[in-house]
Amino acid sequence: MPILKATGLTKRFGKFTALDGVDLELNKGEVYGFIGPNGAGKSTTIRILLGMLKATAGEAHIFGKDVWKDAVELHKKIAYVPGDVNLWPNLTGGEVIDLFMKMRGAKNQGKKEALMERFKFDPTKKSRTYSKGNRQKVALIAAFASNADLYILDEPTSGLDPLMERIFQECVQEAKDAGKSVLLSSHILSEVERLCDRVGIIREGKIIERGTLDELRHLTRTNLTIQTKELITNLEEFTGIHNLEKEGHNLSFQVDTEEMDAIIRHISQFGIVKLESAPPTLEDLFMRHYQGEERVSSEMGGLR
Amino acid sequence: MSQKLFTGTGYLTKLMVRQNRLKLLLWLVGLIAVTLATAVAYPDIYPDEQSRAAFVLTMENPAMIAMLGVGYEDYATIGSLFAHEMLLFTTIAVAIMNILLVGRSTRADEEDGRVELIRSLPVGRLAYLNGAAIVAVVTNVLVAVLIGTGILLLDIDGMAVQGAYLYGATLGATGLVFAGFTALFAQLAETSRGSTMLSFGTLIAAYLVRASGDVSSEALSLVSPLGWTVRTEVFVENHWWPVYVMLAVAVVLGLVAFYLNAIRDLESGFIPERAGKRSASVFLQTTMGLAFRLQRTNLIAWAIGIFLLSASFGAILGDLEVYFSDNEFVQAFLAEGDNSMMEQFIVLLMAIMALISTVPVVMTVLKLKSEENKHLTENYYSRAVSRSRVLGSYVCLSMIASFVMQALVATGLWSVGVMVVDDALAFDTTFASALVYLPAMWILIGLAVFFIGIAPKAASFTWLYVIFGFVVIYLGDILEFPEWLNNLSAFHHTPQIPTEDMDFMRVLILVGIAIVLTVIGFVGYNRRDIQG
Repeated sequence: MPILKATGLTKRFGKFTALDGVDLELNKGEVYGFIGPNGAGKSTTIRILLGMLKATAGEAHIFGKDVWKDAVELHKKIAYVPGDVNLWPNLTGGEVIDLFMKMRGAKNQGKKEALMERFKFDPTKKSRTYSKGNRQKVALIAAFASNADLYILDEPTSGLDPLMERIFQECVQEAKDAGKSVLLSSHILSEVERLCDRVGIIREGKIIERGTLDELRHLTRTNLTIQTKELITNLEEFTGIHNLEKEGHNLSFQVDTEEMDAIIRHISQFGIVKLESAPPTLEDLFMRHYQGEERVSSEMGGLR
Repeated sequence: MSQKLFTGTGYLTKLMVRQNRLKLLLWLVGLIAVTLATAVAYPDIYPDEQSRAAFVLTMENPAMIAMLGVGYEDYATIGSLFAHEMLLFTTIAVAIMNILLVGRSTRADEEDGRVELIRSLPVGRLAYLNGAAIVAVVTNVLVAVLIGTGILLLDIDGMAVQGAYLYGATLGATGLVFAGFTALFAQLAETSRGSTMLSFGTLIAAYLVRASGDVSSEALSLVSPLGWTVRTEVFVENHWWPVYVMLAVAVVLGLVAFYLNAIRDLESGFIPERAGKRSASVFLQTTMGLAFRLQRTNLIAWAIGIFLLSASFGAILGDLEVYFSDNEFVQAFLAEGDNSMMEQFIVLLMAIMALISTVPVVMTVLKLKSEENKHLTENYYSRAVSRSRVLGSYVCLSMIASFVMQALVATGLWSVGVMVVDDALAFDTTFASALVYLPAMWILIGLAVFFIGIAPKAASFTWLYVIFGFVVIYLGDILEFPEWLNNLSAFHHTPQIPTEDMDFMRVLILVGIAIVLTVIGFVGYNRRDIQG
């Protein structure tokens, strides 16, 4: 039973279509990775889910409630961290965290203090003096100090240093262990790989790929690095080989998962000395879609 | 060594001029235009002995002395009248220009990280401050020369060469003193806000010290730079010593600033920023508490300004009465009407003050729009706060502000007026004549809410309507506006107490319009996308 269900979300700003029929489902206790290049529609989707934008078409429900009509009621159970946290310059960080917690309803002072300690955050400075990372910490502390059931995080770690990013990942893991659900939009694909159960890739306002990481890997290529006794011949005859680099007895290439069997059979005839295989990273996956887009556009350019 | 400290001053100066050229141009044009336009008008405002006698009478009032400084022994020439009324306030404007200009090019640029970038280049440690100092000096010299020459060219009786240039030089020299203070505070404070606050604090203190000194003791006045300003007796005695003293002070302040700049670390100050609060007070945690906190400084400043303005109008009420009772012609004229001259004066005053009070009130509502532009309303709406609640808080706050501002208008006018007028000003009438404008002010709040809800991009059109209100009151008669045009201003429909009776029907209609506009705005705001 999904706690978040969006169907056919469409958003037009004048003639520009920002979202074109986005479907999204998030189950209880799940961390869902929402990835895509800048301007693909991630933030627009999230702002619709938060009831700040009204969808032109389609609908979205969280915990069975309409995200536009029941926004205020829903937000008591949702904690949100934007990628660009804007704070009132003349309030201190501590004051803003209190305000944010109060605006959601319940307060948990002990948890707040513990998080400020973990994130090494000084709450007595005026917000105008905070760096981007510190502004981000304000929103993160306020979010994780609250007892939300759903966390909506829109590129939450931009500006954080690697140590703080690690602490953020711990916080997400703890939330997950406590049975909470997380919608994580991120650019840092290693972070998504580490934390997320399922992933949706959005491009130009459409979800172009979705599934568990394992499922997505089947759609993509494995990186192989091979050394053989004899020189390999006839490799060019096979389909499904990409980015081939040959250097004497050493070669490396990517192979489409469905062609893997045939190619390995062929190669093994030449006496394998070394074989390294690496699973496709999310980055490969992402780049494949991204480059696909470029290829299409360059082909179209050629037609003109 | 010393040469290396200043390496790069040349192109940094150019850069600063480039960054500030529009602001500088507007300030210079504004200062010169206002000064010259007023100077031209003076011979017409005070054409004869009688009008000057009235002026002298007004100026001898302690409240006026506190406001404008010690006057001249005699006001034989137009120049002395002009200088007495204009010099101090123009000086304050020049001082504000210097504070903003120097503050921006020193601590603010440092706080925003621009100085860091510059300092990483082969540029001397003092070059940035030196550039700012050069721009300030050139600007103030321009003020002095252009205003001096301008006054001279107007060729007004009693404004000769000496006086004209002394007038300009006084403005420029006082400006440099405040440029010096700002440069110094930019080294002391750690934030741009801190240095600006210290600079404006000094300006306000200088004004207050001079005000109490001018009324009580000359020695006290001489502590304040603005006390020196009003002692030039420009156009009559033409004392140049205050200009020299101010230049010397400016140089000393500047040197101290240079020294401190050379010995301190980048982005540090000598006055440590004190730690802020760890947690939010209960009041701040309410939506309205936050809305108030964000505009606290602004609202308090307006409240003080409005109170002082009405108090000073109260101070001249007494002189009005003396002036009119001495004047047989005016008495004869008044005998025909039912209302005293003073009542008519109060009616006009209340209309103007109500419009001035409207400015902070409208600002309070429109703050919500600027919060949205800065992506700050997202902080509410991503949490369990409804749009009606936020908008409602801003509307409530601005309604409270409208009441407080108008109450201050009445209190200021009444408390000072009652001391100087023989047949005491009635407390209840004064309050009624101020508070009767509230419904018209609420229409302005309603209009702002309407725009915020329906057409947020057009929200600043509210200001056009405020300006239209001013035009109707100031120029409606002069320009012979047709009645329908005057009727478009909400303020035009307010019963003019005390010369008119209270008209509940009209007031209720105004309240009704305000409610309709506000409700439409609320509905629209709940339905539209949040843009920021």
